[in-house]
Amino acid sequence: MSVDIRSPLPGVFYRRPSPGSEPFVDVGSAVEPGTVVAIVEVMKQFFEVPAGTEGKIATVAVADAEMVDAGQVLFTVLPW
Amino acid sequence: MGVSVLKPGLATTVQDTGRPGYYNVGIPPSGSLDQYSSLAANMLVGNGDDAAVLECTYMGPELRFDQPATVAVAGADLPPLLNGEPRPTWESFAVGAGDVLSFGFLRSGARAYLAVSGGFDVPVALGSRSTYALGALGGHRGRALAAGDELPIGPAGGAAPRRAVPEALRRNHPKHREIRVMMGLYDHRLTDSARRAFLETEWRLTPVADRTGFRYRGAELEFRDRDAPFGAGSDPSNIVDAPYPIGSIQIPGGVEPIVLHRDAVSGGGYVMVGTVISADMDDVGQSAPNITTRFTEVDLDGALRARHERAARLDALREAVG
Repeated sequence: MSVDIRSPLPGVFYRRPSPGSEPFVDVGSAVEPGTVVAIVEVMKQFFEVPAGTEGKIATVAVADAEMVDAGQVLFTVLPW
Repeated sequence: MGVSVLKPGLATTVQDTGRPGYYNVGIPPSGSLDQYSSLAANMLVGNGDDAAVLECTYMGPELRFDQPATVAVAGADLPPLLNGEPRPTWESFAVGAGDVLSFGFLRSGARAYLAVSGGFDVPVALGSRSTYALGALGGHRGRALAAGDELPIGPAGGAAPRRAVPEALRRNHPKHREIRVMMGLYDHRLTDSARRAFLETEWRLTPVADRTGFRYRGAELEFRDRDAPFGAGSDPSNIVDAPYPIGSIQIPGGVEPIVLHRDAVSGGGYVMVGTVISADMDDVGQSAPNITTRFTEVDLDGALRARHERAARLDALREAVG
């Protein structure tokens, strides 16, 4: 059973800390609860989304720079 | 004693009915962007209208209560959790000393108002406890909450918990909104087709939407040709600087209209094509990114009727809850 990582807020989903840099995580990346997996931008603020769970990223559910709603699934994680 | 901030949320600020009377010197009214919900939350816990609440935008904070209190959450559907257990919105409930209040994911709307019996007792600045963060004025140290902050609570009147707002008097948060505007003072600067397009376009709220202004996307609007008067910028959306009413809509460059809200600057050099009527400013405040909006034109009589209807709804709320 995979676990969902959801966006805690609405905004623009970014997979990278800055344009041109590596994504925070990709399919197969190991994450811990505190691992930053994405940034969501809203009101000119950048909110770092933590994984909130541990395991291996199974899917990336949203394309880079797309709008997301609060509660929308961003990634799924296979627990160890 | 009071409330300790364990996690601040995204942009959680102390707000009240606002700080009117200083816009002429550049200090905006501030206050809760959705006054109806903010007042409802205060009524639910037995506070007067002027008690300060927390405005929680998109994401709730995590708070530890260091004293017992009655609390209520109204406005956006941001589900409260007391020690991890779900609690209702639009209904007061008791918290004990040591209890932790947190929130689930936002389900609809944009801003939830948390009232506590006795109110958040931060210092009054220029007649209000509202936070104006851009000016570092009011609220808790003039800024949004941060982890580790401690907020004092004022003396409570002793409200009985479990008051509720009747279903019909709760706000709902549709994915599409009709926002009423009075056109002017500068709508004559738009071409006829651009003026029509402004009112017919289904605008979509961008993530650039905060207490200062709400920026929408959906069409490009053309302005009439003119020779820029002395003192105005060269872009056709520029004017000689003029005062900006709260709710006024500017369209820099003819793209992305911006509705100014309660933390706006008091003036500047952009055409204002219209102004959102005061009765609909709460709805703007509850708009989250991706919400679609159509601006519909009303005249002064229509705006005043809407204002009376809003006042009647507040009276009904007071009758039912207060």
